[in-house]
Amino acid sequence: LSCKVLSSVVTPCYCFVSPQIRVKPDNTGVVTDGVKHSMNPFCEIAVEEAVKLKEKKLIKEVVAVSCGPQQSQETIRTALAMGADRGIHVDVSGKDYENLGPLQVSKILAALAKQEDAQLILLGKQAIDDDCNQTGQMTAALLDWPQGTFASEVSLEGDKINLVREIDGGLEHIKINTPAVITADLRLNTPRYATLPNIMKAKKKKIVTVKPADLGVDVTSRLEVLKVEEPPQRQAGMKVETVEDLVVKLKEAGRV
Amino acid sequence: INYFLSKPRFTQVLASTRKLHAGADGSKVSPSAAPERLPFCRVTEEDLAFFRKILAGRTIVDPDLVEPSNVDWLKSVRGSSEVLLRPQTTEEVSQILSYCNSRNLAVNPQGGNTGLVGGSVPVYDEIILSTSLMNKILNFDSISGVLTCQAGCVLENLSFYLEERDYIMPLDLGAKGSCQIGGNVATNAGGLRLLRYGSLHGTVLGLELVLADGQVLDCLSTLRKDNTGYDLKQLFIGSEGTLGVITAVSILCPRKPKSVNVVFLGCETFEQLLKTFQLCKSMLGEILSAFEFLDSECMRLLNTHLKLPNPISDCPFYIVIETSGSDPTHDAQKLHNFLEEAMTSSLVSDGTVATEEAKIKALWSLRERVTEALTHDGFTYKYDISLPVERIYQLVTDMRKHLGNRAKSVVGYGHVGDGNLHLNVTSPSKDPALLAAIEPFVYEWTASCRGSISAEHGLGLKKRNYIYYSKQSQAVALMGNIKAMLDPKGILNPYKTLPDNLKQ
Repeated sequence: LSCKVLSSVVTPCYCFVSPQIRVKPDNTGVVTDGVKHSMNPFCEIAVEEAVKLKEKKLIKEVVAVSCGPQQSQETIRTALAMGADRGIHVDVSGKDYENLGPLQVSKILAALAKQEDAQLILLGKQAIDDDCNQTGQMTAALLDWPQGTFASEVSLEGDKINLVREIDGGLEHIKINTPAVITADLRLNTPRYATLPNIMKAKKKKIVTVKPADLGVDVTSRLEVLKVEEPPQRQAGMKVETVEDLVVKLKEAGRV
Repeated sequence: INYFLSKPRFTQVLASTRKLHAGADGSKVSPSAAPERLPFCRVTEEDLAFFRKILAGRTIVDPDLVEPSNVDWLKSVRGSSEVLLRPQTTEEVSQILSYCNSRNLAVNPQGGNTGLVGGSVPVYDEIILSTSLMNKILNFDSISGVLTCQAGCVLENLSFYLEERDYIMPLDLGAKGSCQIGGNVATNAGGLRLLRYGSLHGTVLGLELVLADGQVLDCLSTLRKDNTGYDLKQLFIGSEGTLGVITAVSILCPRKPKSVNVVFLGCETFEQLLKTFQLCKSMLGEILSAFEFLDSECMRLLNTHLKLPNPISDCPFYIVIETSGSDPTHDAQKLHNFLEEAMTSSLVSDGTVATEEAKIKALWSLRERVTEALTHDGFTYKYDISLPVERIYQLVTDMRKHLGNRAKSVVGYGHVGDGNLHLNVTSPSKDPALLAAIEPFVYEWTASCRGSISAEHGLGLKKRNYIYYSKQSQAVALMGNIKAMLDPKGILNPYKTLPDNLKQ
């Protein structure tokens, strides 16, 4: 595969330090102040896969992309430390960032893929903060490229890609043309640790910052969040002494 | 009563006595073996009736239910207790001890049963007094950070409770999912954060105890400073359940750090490891919260038995460094400077950094699960030694040379920042000849550096007779006097902590 550029998307996500996620008092979202932001685990797997393909000399270059405020550059640095060659930071901050969803991100990725003449886009299957599972699919649709989602195995064969997908019924084997979009599932690989020598090297790799407008993308959201609330409090259970008591209680609760 | 045994009778008693590491012909018994049963009374039906009256439903005599409390975590010692009591309140503990004292019944206080020196399980038929149901948090003051709770609270649960309120426990150890704070205090547990927050002697502000005769001693202060008389609680911290039963603890807790980083480094030699430690203290000093090491043999066991992969390349020594601070940007900068210096001066040959929870846990598990990996390697002989820091690894090297291929694995790891080595030897099965080669070699080596033969694990059953390697006999004699004063009948955790020859 004479692959010119492999674009791997890195999504910054909100990783909540256990144990509590708190809803904002005005019910417009969850509290993100002071919460550590780090690379989405599925995107980490995507970066790892991209780097592995480059190590096998099947692709030429890995570009890590992240959309968000200044801190997103740290996430790109992590990808660079894992082996990506350069980074593109699409600067979106403030209210625009709060409202940034899969549709806008996929428009940005589609624009970047055209600009960079990428042959392959590798992303995580979903972000663990919103669990949307839409960006990869939308990006493929915007570019009119084939998509291999929930990939647990990827291999390149000439100018086609063999994929194993994790689906409800089991594993699906497909072959798709390039250029293509692939989204990574959990069992695709185990991401490497970024080792110190590579972290040091990564500091010298380039990260270019662009704005969505430069790519001709309008990031206004078509969605309005009406309300965010916590799930109902779990009620205390009750212990019973015998099976007969259990049956009585179940009947009382109208469950039997 | 004369406990001294003449040789022929000794052999006879051995047959009925629980043996730990007896010589093959029974003529020479290891100092870590159990002594003969002291003449305590045995539990009768009347006794059980009394216990059932005050602990309805919590007096356990079913052998299957008592069994787990009769065996230690390492599965190296087993008692034959027939009664497990589970009080919920200090008052119940007081009634139990008052009764047992009057009836001359021996009692074994038990928390999470994660101790490593056989101190938490009965030797014979001592009644097991479990604090597991005494698990209420009594109070938390969010201004001073003082937590007051019952002794049976599991350490990890206390951590979760505190973390929700932006605080943490001042101690952390691998056994956190099972160990209880009362047991931690009774053994003066050290752990992974001692380097930063100090020992329980400093962080425990107050204790509530029940003495051998049932008297409740309320020293449950929450004051940071209180110089009014002798500080009695210090006597009980580390007393391993032999001077009183801890029923409640008040402890000073630090704020949860806003920024935690964990670094996993590889070094070629122990000298470089020590230089890295010095560099670390100078460049990371105020944010350093842990400095642990493990050797390549430990990594091999982690790979083999627990399938944990090495995150970096193979090195003779590995370091786990943790920083905890209040400003992520400052800490990242300090850490970056330190790592650059360590790499460019070639003190460190490889490493990786973790800044977020999942990766931090993964790196810590490489250090925390060595103990678990060892249990899969065979029968383990554990030594927990304090030494001058620069001598720590010499003991491991000398032990390897000394044992040759009589041992399966010889590994070294531990709290190098505190000068505390965990030296472990494994063999396919219990091997008295191997034990005879290890002990007293390891204790004599330690004594020659004026080290401690038990840095944090305590003496329990297994190490009680080695106390003289690290303490003068007048000191031990005074300990005996204090024990006799607080527990004249000797019912609290007998056969533990103090050496056998004190009784003569």
